[in-house]
Amino acid sequence: MTSSEITTTADTPGWNRIRMIENPNVRYGLVVIALIYILWSAGTLEMNWTRLLNGIPRAVNMFSRMFPPDFGRWNLLVKGMLESIQMALAASLFGMLLAIPLGICGASNLVPKPVYLAARALIVLSRTFHEIIIAIFFVKIFGFGPLAGVLTLIVASTSFISKMIAEDIENMTPGQLEAIRATGASFPKLLIYCITPNTLPRFLGVSIYRLDANIRHSTVVGIVGAGGIGQVLAASFSRYDYDFSLAILITIVTLVFAGEFISSWVRNYLR
Amino acid sequence: MTVSEHAKKYPEIWRRFSPTETLLRYLGYLVTVGVAVWAVSFLDLPWFYFLDAHIQALDLFTRMWPPDFEFWETLMDPLIETIHIATLGTIFSFFIAFPIAFLSARNTTFNTATWFVGRFILVTSRSVNTVVWGLLFVAIFGPGPMAGIWAIAFRSIGFMGKLVAEAIEEIDEGVVEAIEATGASRLQVLLFGILPQVLPVIYGTAVYRWDINIRESTVLGFVGAGGIGILLYSSINQFQWQEVSLILLTVFGVVLISEFVSAAVRQRIS
Repeated sequence: MTSSEITTTADTPGWNRIRMIENPNVRYGLVVIALIYILWSAGTLEMNWTRLLNGIPRAVNMFSRMFPPDFGRWNLLVKGMLESIQMALAASLFGMLLAIPLGICGASNLVPKPVYLAARALIVLSRTFHEIIIAIFFVKIFGFGPLAGVLTLIVASTSFISKMIAEDIENMTPGQLEAIRATGASFPKLLIYCITPNTLPRFLGVSIYRLDANIRHSTVVGIVGAGGIGQVLAASFSRYDYDFSLAILITIVTLVFAGEFISSWVRNYLR
Repeated sequence: MTVSEHAKKYPEIWRRFSPTETLLRYLGYLVTVGVAVWAVSFLDLPWFYFLDAHIQALDLFTRMWPPDFEFWETLMDPLIETIHIATLGTIFSFFIAFPIAFLSARNTTFNTATWFVGRFILVTSRSVNTVVWGLLFVAIFGPGPMAGIWAIAFRSIGFMGKLVAEAIEEIDEGVVEAIEATGASRLQVLLFGILPQVLPVIYGTAVYRWDINIRESTVLGFVGAGGIGILLYSSINQFQWQEVSLILLTVFGVVLISEFVSAAVRQRIS
Protein backbone atom coordinates (compact mmCIF):
# COMPACT_ATOMS: atom_id res chain seq x y z
CA MET A 1 0.00 0.00 0.00
CA THR A 2 1.52 3.35 -0.98
CA SER A 3 1.27 6.36 1.17
CA SER A 4 -1.32 8.01 -1.04
CA GLU A 5 -3.63 5.04 -0.51
CA ILE A 6 -3.30 5.33 3.26
CA THR A 7 -4.48 8.88 3.28
CA THR A 8 -7.48 8.06 1.16
CA THR A 9 -8.58 5.16 3.33
CA ALA A 10 -11.77 6.03 5.09
CA ASP A 11 -10.84 4.59 8.47
CA THR A 12 -7.72 6.73 8.95
CA PRO A 13 -8.44 9.15 11.75
CA GLY A 14 -8.83 12.50 10.05
CA TRP A 15 -7.50 15.77 11.29
CA ASN A 16 -9.52 18.91 11.18
CA ARG A 17 -8.22 22.39 11.70
CA ILE A 18 -9.19 23.83 15.02
CA ARG A 19 -11.59 26.62 14.25
CA MET A 20 -12.54 29.52 16.42
CA ILE A 21 -16.20 28.93 15.65
CA GLU A 22 -16.90 25.21 15.70
CA ASN A 23 -20.26 25.24 13.95
CA PRO A 24 -19.65 25.59 10.16
CA ASN A 25 -23.11 27.07 9.63
CA VAL A 26 -22.40 29.89 12.05
CA ARG A 27 -18.92 30.36 10.61
CA TYR A 28 -19.98 30.72 6.99
CA GLY A 29 -23.18 32.48 8.01
CA LEU A 30 -21.11 35.25 9.60
CA VAL A 31 -19.01 35.58 6.45
CA VAL A 32 -22.16 35.83 4.32
CA ILE A 33 -23.66 38.43 6.67
CA ALA A 34 -20.42 40.43 6.50
CA LEU A 35 -20.43 40.32 2.68
CA ILE A 36 -24.09 41.38 2.51
CA TYR A 37 -23.33 44.21 4.92
CA ILE A 38 -20.38 45.42 2.83
CA LEU A 39 -22.48 45.39 -0.36
CA TRP A 40 -25.36 47.19 1.34
CA SER A 41 -23.22 49.85 2.99
CA ALA A 42 -21.15 50.40 -0.14
CA GLY A 43 -24.45 50.91 -1.99
CA THR A 44 -25.91 53.43 0.44
CA LEU A 45 -22.67 55.40 0.68
CA GLU A 46 -22.99 56.24 -3.03
CA MET A 47 -19.31 55.75 -3.53
CA ASN A 48 -18.41 57.31 -6.77
CA TRP A 49 -15.78 55.16 -8.43
CA THR A 50 -14.92 57.74 -11.08
CA ARG A 51 -14.18 60.17 -8.28
CA LEU A 52 -11.96 57.59 -6.68
CA LEU A 53 -10.07 57.26 -9.96
CA ASN A 54 -9.90 61.03 -10.29
CA GLY A 55 -8.44 61.11 -6.82
CA ILE A 56 -5.32 59.24 -7.86
CA PRO A 57 -3.80 62.02 -10.03
CA ARG A 58 -4.89 64.50 -7.36
CA ALA A 59 -3.07 62.48 -4.73
CA VAL A 60 0.03 62.36 -6.94
CA ASN A 61 -0.18 66.11 -7.43
CA MET A 62 -0.57 66.67 -3.69
CA PHE A 63 2.35 64.45 -2.79
CA SER A 64 4.56 66.10 -5.38
CA ARG A 65 3.70 69.46 -3.84
CA MET A 66 4.47 68.08 -0.40
CA PHE A 67 8.05 67.28 -1.35
CA PRO A 68 10.41 68.58 -0.26
CA PRO A 69 8.95 69.44 3.17
CA ASP A 70 9.37 73.12 3.89
CA PHE A 71 10.97 73.78 7.27
CA GLY A 72 11.48 77.44 6.34
CA ARG A 73 8.84 78.69 8.76
CA TRP A 74 10.40 76.79 11.63
CA ASN A 75 9.68 79.52 14.16
CA LEU A 76 5.95 79.07 13.59
CA LEU A 77 6.44 75.32 13.82
CA VAL A 78 8.42 75.46 17.05
CA LYS A 79 5.94 77.88 18.61
CA GLY A 80 2.97 75.65 17.79
CA MET A 81 4.79 72.53 18.92
CA LEU A 82 5.84 74.12 22.21
CA GLU A 83 2.26 75.22 22.79
CA SER A 84 1.06 71.67 22.16
CA ILE A 85 3.61 70.23 24.59
CA GLN A 86 2.72 72.78 27.25
CA MET A 87 -0.98 72.05 26.77
CA ALA A 88 -0.29 68.34 27.13
CA LEU A 89 1.84 68.81 30.27
CA ALA A 90 -0.61 71.14 31.98
CA ALA A 91 -3.57 68.95 31.07
CA SER A 92 -1.87 65.78 32.32
CA LEU A 93 -0.97 67.33 35.68
CA PHE A 94 -4.41 68.81 36.31
CA GLY A 95 -6.01 65.64 35.01
CA MET A 96 -3.97 63.60 37.50
CA LEU A 97 -5.04 65.83 40.39
CA LEU A 98 -8.73 65.84 39.44
CA ALA A 99 -8.72 62.12 38.72
CA ILE A 100 -7.79 61.19 42.31
CA PRO A 101 -11.10 62.26 43.94
CA LEU A 102 -13.15 61.16 40.95
CA GLY A 103 -11.41 57.79 40.84
CA ILE A 104 -11.97 57.21 44.56
CA CYS A 105 -15.64 58.14 44.21
CA GLY A 106 -15.92 55.70 41.30
CA ALA A 107 -14.77 52.68 43.32
CA SER A 108 -17.77 50.69 44.49
CA ASN A 109 -15.98 49.16 47.48
CA LEU A 110 -15.16 52.51 49.07
CA VAL A 111 -18.07 54.88 48.68
CA PRO A 112 -21.87 54.71 49.07
CA LYS A 113 -23.89 53.71 46.03
CA PRO A 114 -25.24 57.18 45.02
CA VAL A 115 -21.75 58.70 45.01
CA TYR A 116 -20.46 55.74 43.01
CA LEU A 117 -23.22 56.05 40.42
CA ALA A 118 -22.76 59.80 40.07
CA ALA A 119 -18.98 59.47 39.61
CA ARG A 120 -19.36 56.65 37.11
CA ALA A 121 -21.98 58.62 35.15
CA LEU A 122 -19.60 61.57 34.97
CA ILE A 123 -16.77 59.34 33.75
CA VAL A 124 -18.95 57.69 31.09
CA LEU A 125 -20.35 61.03 29.94
CA SER A 126 -16.96 62.61 29.38
CA ARG A 127 -15.52 59.48 27.80
CA THR A 128 -18.29 59.15 25.23
CA PHE A 129 -17.75 62.41 23.43
CA HIS A 130 -14.78 62.83 21.19
CA GLU A 131 -12.20 65.42 22.25
CA ILE A 132 -13.11 67.62 19.32
CA ILE A 133 -16.77 67.84 20.34
CA ILE A 134 -15.72 68.82 23.87
CA ALA A 135 -13.23 71.29 22.38
CA ILE A 136 -15.99 73.01 20.41
CA PHE A 137 -17.94 73.64 23.58
CA PHE A 138 -14.93 74.98 25.40
CA VAL A 139 -14.15 77.22 22.44
CA LYS A 140 -17.70 78.53 22.64
CA ILE A 141 -17.44 79.15 26.40
CA PHE A 142 -13.80 80.30 26.72
CA GLY A 143 -13.09 81.65 23.26
CA PHE A 144 -10.40 80.59 20.79
CA GLY A 145 -6.94 79.69 22.00
CA PRO A 146 -5.00 77.22 24.10
CA LEU A 147 -7.25 77.60 27.16
CA ALA A 148 -10.04 75.70 25.44
CA GLY A 149 -7.52 73.09 24.34
CA VAL A 150 -6.10 72.62 27.83
CA LEU A 151 -9.58 72.26 29.35
CA THR A 152 -10.55 69.70 26.71
CA LEU A 153 -7.48 67.63 27.40
CA ILE A 154 -8.07 67.95 31.15
CA VAL A 155 -11.58 66.52 30.76
CA ALA A 156 -10.29 63.66 28.60
CA SER A 157 -7.36 62.86 30.92
CA THR A 158 -9.46 63.05 34.08
CA SER A 159 -12.04 60.59 32.81
CA PHE A 160 -9.38 58.20 31.52
CA ILE A 161 -7.16 58.22 34.61
CA SER A 162 -10.06 58.13 37.06
CA LYS A 163 -11.58 55.12 35.31
CA MET A 164 -8.26 53.30 35.66
CA ILE A 165 -7.90 54.28 39.34
CA ALA A 166 -11.46 53.19 40.11
CA GLU A 167 -10.91 49.81 38.47
CA ASP A 168 -7.60 49.40 40.26
CA ILE A 169 -9.20 50.10 43.65
CA GLU A 170 -12.06 47.74 42.92
CA ASN A 171 -9.61 44.97 42.02
CA MET A 172 -7.75 45.29 45.32
CA THR A 173 -7.86 42.31 47.64
CA PRO A 174 -10.56 43.05 50.24
CA GLY A 175 -8.33 41.71 53.03
CA GLN A 176 -6.05 44.72 53.05
CA LEU A 177 -8.97 47.12 53.22
CA GLU A 178 -10.49 45.12 56.05
CA ALA A 179 -7.22 44.97 57.97
CA ILE A 180 -6.75 48.72 57.93
CA ARG A 181 -10.42 49.28 58.74
CA ALA A 182 -10.15 46.86 61.69
CA THR A 183 -7.51 49.09 63.29
CA GLY A 184 -10.18 51.79 63.49
CA ALA A 185 -8.63 53.91 60.77
CA SER A 186 -10.62 56.84 59.52
CA PHE A 187 -11.38 57.25 55.81
CA PRO A 188 -8.41 59.57 55.10
CA LYS A 189 -6.11 57.13 56.91
CA LEU A 190 -7.53 54.30 54.85
CA LEU A 191 -6.69 56.27 51.73
CA ILE A 192 -3.14 57.04 52.84
CA TYR A 193 -2.11 53.67 54.24
CA CYS A 194 -4.06 51.25 52.08
CA ILE A 195 -5.25 52.74 48.81
CA THR A 196 -2.19 54.86 48.02
CA PRO A 197 0.48 52.16 48.28
CA ASN A 198 -1.74 49.81 46.30
CA THR A 199 -2.65 52.08 43.43
CA LEU A 200 0.31 54.47 43.17
CA PRO A 201 2.42 52.50 40.64
CA ARG A 202 -0.54 51.95 38.32
CA PHE A 203 -1.65 55.55 38.75
CA LEU A 204 1.77 56.89 37.77
CA GLY A 205 1.99 54.47 34.85
CA VAL A 206 -1.43 55.45 33.53
CA SER A 207 -0.62 59.15 33.98
CA ILE A 208 2.59 58.82 32.01
CA TYR A 209 0.69 56.98 29.29
CA ARG A 210 -1.89 59.77 29.34
CA LEU A 211 0.83 62.39 28.92
CA ASP A 212 1.89 60.60 25.78
CA ALA A 213 -1.74 60.40 24.58
CA ASN A 214 -2.25 64.08 25.39
CA ILE A 215 0.69 65.03 23.18
CA ARG A 216 -1.00 63.10 20.38
CA HIS A 217 -4.40 64.69 21.02
CA SER A 218 -3.01 68.20 21.49
CA THR A 219 -2.01 68.09 17.83
CA VAL A 220 -5.63 67.83 16.81
CA VAL A 221 -7.81 69.99 19.09
CA GLY A 222 -6.34 72.98 17.25
CA ILE A 223 -8.42 72.08 14.20
CA VAL A 224 -11.47 73.63 15.85
CA GLY A 225 -9.42 76.59 17.09
CA ALA A 226 -8.29 75.33 20.47
CA GLY A 227 -4.61 76.19 20.03
CA GLY A 228 -1.45 74.19 19.54
CA ILE A 229 0.18 72.80 16.43
CA GLY A 230 -3.20 71.57 15.12
CA GLN A 231 -4.25 75.14 14.42
CA VAL A 232 -1.09 75.71 12.36
CA LEU A 233 -1.65 72.39 10.56
CA ALA A 234 -5.28 73.13 9.70
CA ALA A 235 -4.30 76.59 8.46
CA SER A 236 -1.55 75.19 6.24
CA PHE A 237 -3.97 72.65 4.77
CA SER A 238 -6.61 75.23 3.99
CA ARG A 239 -3.99 77.45 2.32
CA TYR A 240 -2.71 74.48 0.25
CA ASP A 241 0.75 74.92 1.77
CA TYR A 242 1.27 71.20 1.50
CA ASP A 243 5.04 71.34 1.84
CA PHE A 244 4.65 73.10 5.20
CA SER A 245 1.94 70.58 6.19
CA LEU A 246 4.34 67.73 5.56
CA ALA A 247 6.99 69.47 7.67
CA ILE A 248 4.43 69.75 10.50
CA LEU A 249 3.38 66.11 10.11
CA ILE A 250 7.00 64.94 10.21
CA THR A 251 7.57 66.96 13.38
CA ILE A 252 4.42 65.52 14.98
CA VAL A 253 5.44 61.95 14.13
CA THR A 254 8.92 62.53 15.54
CA LEU A 255 7.56 64.08 18.71
CA VAL A 256 5.00 61.33 19.25
CA PHE A 257 7.66 58.72 18.62
CA ALA A 258 9.98 60.34 21.16
CA GLY A 259 7.11 60.73 23.65
CA GLU A 260 6.14 57.09 23.28
CA PHE A 261 9.73 55.99 23.74
CA ILE A 262 10.17 58.04 26.91
CA SER A 263 6.80 56.98 28.29
CA SER A 264 7.46 53.27 27.77
CA TRP A 265 10.90 53.67 29.34
CA VAL A 266 9.43 55.40 32.40
CA ARG A 267 6.66 52.82 32.71
CA ASN A 268 9.20 49.99 32.59
CA TYR A 269 11.21 51.79 35.25
CA LEU A 270 8.13 52.18 37.48
CA ARG A 271 7.38 48.50 37.14
CA MET B 1 8.80 52.46 80.54
CA THR B 2 7.40 55.71 79.34
CA VAL B 3 7.62 56.89 75.81
CA SER B 4 10.48 59.29 76.54
CA GLU B 5 12.48 56.58 78.26
CA HIS B 6 11.86 54.26 75.36
CA ALA B 7 13.04 56.91 72.95
CA LYS B 8 16.21 57.42 75.00
CA LYS B 9 16.91 53.71 75.10
CA TYR B 10 16.26 53.15 71.40
CA PRO B 11 17.29 56.38 69.69
CA GLU B 12 16.99 54.84 66.24
CA ILE B 13 13.67 55.97 64.84
CA TRP B 14 12.15 53.98 62.05
CA ARG B 15 11.55 56.08 59.01
CA ARG B 16 9.98 55.02 55.74
CA PHE B 17 12.46 56.96 53.65
CA SER B 18 16.15 57.67 54.16
CA PRO B 19 17.17 61.35 54.10
CA THR B 20 18.47 60.99 50.53
CA GLU B 21 15.20 59.45 49.42
CA THR B 22 13.25 62.24 51.08
CA LEU B 23 15.41 64.80 49.35
CA LEU B 24 14.93 63.12 45.98
CA ARG B 25 11.20 62.87 46.56
CA TYR B 26 10.87 66.58 47.32
CA LEU B 27 13.09 67.34 44.34
CA GLY B 28 10.65 65.32 42.23
CA TYR B 29 7.71 67.32 43.59
CA LEU B 30 9.59 70.55 42.91
CA VAL B 31 10.30 69.55 39.31
CA THR B 32 6.64 68.58 38.80
CA VAL B 33 5.39 71.88 40.18
CA GLY B 34 8.02 73.72 38.15
CA VAL B 35 6.89 72.00 34.96
CA ALA B 36 3.26 72.82 35.74
CA VAL B 37 4.05 76.47 36.38
CA TRP B 38 6.18 76.71 33.24
CA ALA B 39 3.52 75.06 31.09
CA VAL B 40 0.64 77.16 32.41
CA SER B 41 2.45 80.52 32.54
CA PHE B 42 3.90 80.29 29.04
CA LEU B 43 0.57 79.31 27.52
CA ASP B 44 -0.51 82.88 28.29
CA LEU B 45 -4.03 81.91 29.16
CA PRO B 46 -6.66 84.63 29.31
CA TRP B 47 -7.77 84.06 32.90
CA PHE B 48 -10.48 86.73 32.72
CA TYR B 49 -12.38 84.38 30.41
CA PHE B 50 -13.17 82.39 33.54
CA LEU B 51 -15.12 85.35 34.91
CA ASP B 52 -18.05 84.97 32.55
CA ALA B 53 -17.58 81.27 31.80
CA HIS B 54 -20.49 80.16 33.96
CA ILE B 55 -22.76 82.73 32.30
CA GLN B 56 -21.69 81.50 28.87
CA ALA B 57 -22.18 77.87 29.86
CA LEU B 58 -25.61 78.55 31.33
CA ASP B 59 -26.57 80.49 28.23
CA LEU B 60 -25.49 77.57 26.08
CA PHE B 61 -27.53 75.08 28.07
CA THR B 62 -30.70 77.18 28.04
CA ARG B 63 -30.35 77.46 24.27
CA MET B 64 -29.84 73.72 23.94
CA TRP B 65 -32.91 72.77 25.95
CA PRO B 66 -35.20 71.18 24.85
CA PRO B 67 -33.69 69.08 22.04
CA ASP B 68 -35.35 69.60 18.69
CA PHE B 69 -36.87 66.16 18.09
CA GLU B 70 -38.30 67.19 14.71
CA PHE B 71 -34.73 67.11 13.48
CA TRP B 72 -34.70 63.34 13.87
CA GLU B 73 -35.52 62.59 10.22
CA THR B 74 -32.61 64.63 8.86
CA LEU B 75 -30.38 62.95 11.37
CA MET B 76 -31.07 59.35 10.38
CA ASP B 77 -29.08 59.10 7.13
CA PRO B 78 -25.87 60.75 8.37
CA LEU B 79 -26.07 58.57 11.48
CA ILE B 80 -26.14 55.38 9.40
CA GLU B 81 -23.36 56.81 7.26
CA THR B 82 -21.27 57.35 10.40
CA ILE B 83 -21.67 53.71 11.40
CA HIS B 84 -20.85 52.59 7.85
CA ILE B 85 -17.69 54.71 7.82
CA ALA B 86 -16.52 53.18 11.08
CA THR B 87 -17.36 49.61 10.06
CA LEU B 88 -15.96 49.74 6.53
CA GLY B 89 -12.87 51.58 7.76
CA THR B 90 -12.29 48.86 10.34
CA ILE B 91 -12.77 46.11 7.73
CA PHE B 92 -10.28 47.74 5.35
CA SER B 93 -7.71 48.31 8.07
CA PHE B 94 -8.18 44.69 9.17
CA PHE B 95 -6.84 43.47 5.82
CA ILE B 96 -4.04 46.05 5.64
CA ALA B 97 -2.92 45.72 9.26
CA PHE B 98 -2.72 41.94 9.06
CA PRO B 99 0.38 41.60 6.79
CA ILE B 100 2.04 44.61 8.42
CA ALA B 101 1.64 43.01 11.84
CA PHE B 102 3.55 39.95 10.60
CA LEU B 103 6.25 42.25 9.22
CA SER B 104 6.66 44.05 12.52
CA ALA B 105 6.73 41.01 14.82
CA ARG B 106 10.32 39.97 15.46
CA ASN B 107 9.69 36.25 15.04
CA THR B 108 7.82 36.39 11.71
CA THR B 109 9.55 39.23 9.90
CA PHE B 110 12.09 38.52 7.17
CA ASN B 111 15.01 40.64 8.33
CA THR B 112 15.78 43.77 10.33
CA ALA B 113 15.01 46.03 7.39
CA THR B 114 11.48 44.67 6.92
CA TRP B 115 10.93 44.79 10.68
CA PHE B 116 11.94 48.42 10.70
CA VAL B 117 9.67 49.22 7.74
CA GLY B 118 6.74 47.53 9.51
CA ARG B 119 7.38 49.40 12.75
CA PHE B 120 7.74 52.67 10.87
CA ILE B 121 4.37 52.21 9.15
CA LEU B 122 2.70 51.42 12.48
CA VAL B 123 4.21 54.43 14.26
CA THR B 124 3.34 56.83 11.45
CA SER B 125 -0.22 55.54 11.28
CA ARG B 126 -0.65 55.94 15.01
CA SER B 127 0.91 59.35 15.47
CA VAL B 128 -1.30 61.02 12.89
CA ASN B 129 -4.76 61.57 14.34
CA THR B 130 -7.85 60.31 12.51
CA VAL B 131 -8.97 63.88 11.85
CA VAL B 132 -5.61 64.77 10.34
CA TRP B 133 -5.81 61.68 8.14
CA GLY B 134 -9.28 62.99 7.28
CA LEU B 135 -7.81 66.33 6.19
CA LEU B 136 -5.37 64.48 3.93
CA PHE B 137 -7.95 62.21 2.34
CA VAL B 138 -10.45 65.01 1.85
CA ALA B 139 -7.75 66.79 -0.14
CA ILE B 140 -7.34 63.63 -2.23
CA PHE B 141 -10.86 62.27 -2.70
CA GLY B 142 -12.85 65.41 -2.07
CA PRO B 143 -15.38 65.69 0.76
CA GLY B 144 -17.50 62.62 1.51
CA PRO B 145 -17.58 59.28 3.28
CA MET B 146 -14.83 57.85 1.06
CA ALA B 147 -12.28 60.15 2.69
CA GLY B 148 -13.67 59.21 6.10
CA ILE B 149 -13.38 55.48 5.49
CA TRP B 150 -9.73 55.77 4.48
CA ALA B 151 -8.97 58.11 7.37
CA ILE B 152 -10.43 55.56 9.81
CA ALA B 153 -8.62 52.71 8.07
CA PHE B 154 -5.23 54.44 8.08
CA ARG B 155 -5.43 55.38 11.72
CA SER B 156 -6.57 51.89 12.76
CA ILE B 157 -3.69 50.13 10.98
CA GLY B 158 -1.22 51.31 13.59
CA PHE B 159 -3.44 50.38 16.52
CA MET B 160 -4.40 46.92 15.30
CA GLY B 161 -0.98 46.19 13.82
CA LYS B 162 0.79 47.00 17.08
CA LEU B 163 -1.46 44.84 19.26
CA VAL B 164 -1.45 41.91 16.82
CA ALA B 165 2.33 42.13 16.39
CA GLU B 166 2.72 41.97 20.17
CA ALA B 167 0.44 38.92 20.24
CA ILE B 168 2.50 37.24 17.50
CA GLU B 169 5.70 37.85 19.47
CA GLU B 170 4.15 36.15 22.50
CA ILE B 171 2.96 32.95 20.80
CA ASP B 172 3.95 29.47 21.94
CA GLU B 173 7.01 28.63 19.81
CA GLY B 174 6.56 24.93 20.53
CA VAL B 175 3.53 24.74 18.26
CA VAL B 176 5.46 26.47 15.47
CA GLU B 177 8.35 24.05 15.90
CA ALA B 178 6.01 21.07 15.80
CA ILE B 179 4.51 22.24 12.53
CA GLU B 180 7.98 22.97 11.12
CA ALA B 181 9.07 19.46 12.09
CA THR B 182 6.42 17.99 9.79
CA GLY B 183 8.19 19.66 6.89
CA ALA B 184 5.62 22.38 6.43
CA SER B 185 6.41 25.32 4.20
CA ARG B 186 6.65 28.85 5.56
CA LEU B 187 3.09 29.58 4.50
CA GLN B 188 1.80 26.42 6.14
CA VAL B 189 3.59 27.26 9.37
CA LEU B 190 1.90 30.62 9.25
CA LEU B 191 -1.53 29.14 8.56
CA PHE B 192 -1.48 26.22 10.99
CA GLY B 193 1.07 27.24 13.60
CA ILE B 194 0.81 30.97 14.13
CA LEU B 195 -2.59 32.03 12.87
CA PRO B 196 -4.77 29.87 15.15
CA GLN B 197 -2.89 31.24 18.16
CA VAL B 198 -3.40 34.91 17.29
CA LEU B 199 -6.85 34.81 15.68
CA PRO B 200 -8.74 35.56 18.91
CA VAL B 201 -6.49 38.57 19.49
CA ILE B 202 -7.00 39.74 15.91
CA TYR B 203 -10.79 39.56 16.14
CA GLY B 204 -10.76 41.06 19.61
CA THR B 205 -8.67 44.06 18.56
CA ALA B 206 -10.77 44.57 15.44
CA VAL B 207 -13.98 44.73 17.48
CA TYR B 208 -12.32 46.94 20.08
CA ARG B 209 -11.06 49.29 17.39
CA TRP B 210 -14.50 49.31 15.76
CA ASP B 211 -16.02 50.77 18.88
CA ILE B 212 -13.29 53.43 19.09
CA ASN B 213 -13.84 54.14 15.39
CA ILE B 214 -17.55 54.79 15.92
CA ARG B 215 -16.52 57.50 18.36
CA GLU B 216 -13.92 58.90 15.97
CA SER B 217 -16.19 58.89 12.93
CA THR B 218 -18.66 61.19 14.70
CA VAL B 219 -16.19 64.06 14.31
CA LEU B 220 -14.76 63.27 10.89
CA GLY B 221 -17.43 65.48 9.34
CA PHE B 222 -15.72 68.55 10.83
CA VAL B 223 -13.10 68.32 8.12
CA GLY B 224 -15.66 67.23 5.52
CA ALA B 225 -15.05 63.50 5.68
CA GLY B 226 -18.70 62.45 5.95
CA GLY B 227 -20.95 61.22 8.72
CA ILE B 228 -22.93 62.95 11.41
CA GLY B 229 -20.07 65.39 12.07
CA ILE B 230 -21.01 67.41 8.98
CA LEU B 231 -24.48 67.95 10.40
CA LEU B 232 -23.11 68.75 13.86
CA TYR B 233 -20.66 71.25 12.44
CA SER B 234 -23.26 73.03 10.33
CA SER B 235 -25.76 73.11 13.20
CA ILE B 236 -23.12 74.65 15.46
CA ASN B 237 -22.16 77.19 12.83
CA GLN B 238 -25.82 78.16 12.39
CA PHE B 239 -26.23 78.35 16.19
CA GLN B 240 -29.03 75.77 16.03
CA TRP B 241 -28.27 74.62 19.55
CA GLN B 242 -31.46 72.57 19.92
CA GLU B 243 -30.43 70.51 16.90
CA VAL B 244 -26.95 70.21 18.39
CA SER B 245 -28.33 68.78 21.61
CA LEU B 246 -30.32 66.14 19.75
CA ILE B 247 -27.24 65.18 17.74
CA LEU B 248 -25.20 64.92 20.92
CA LEU B 249 -27.87 62.74 22.55
CA THR B 250 -27.85 60.44 19.52
CA VAL B 251 -24.06 60.26 19.46
CA PHE B 252 -24.09 59.44 23.16
CA GLY B 253 -26.58 56.62 22.59
CA VAL B 254 -24.78 55.14 19.60
CA VAL B 255 -21.37 55.24 21.29
CA LEU B 256 -22.77 53.60 24.44
CA ILE B 257 -24.46 50.85 22.42
CA SER B 258 -21.33 50.19 20.35
CA GLU B 259 -19.22 50.02 23.49
CA PHE B 260 -21.65 47.56 24.99
CA VAL B 261 -21.76 45.41 21.84
CA SER B 262 -17.98 45.40 21.52
CA ALA B 263 -17.52 44.43 25.18
CA ALA B 264 -20.04 41.59 24.81
CA VAL B 265 -18.38 40.26 21.63
CA ARG B 266 -14.90 40.48 23.14
CA GLN B 267 -16.05 38.58 26.20
CA ARG B 268 -17.37 35.79 24.00
CA ILE B 269 -14.16 35.61 21.95
CA SER B 270 -11.71 35.36 24.81
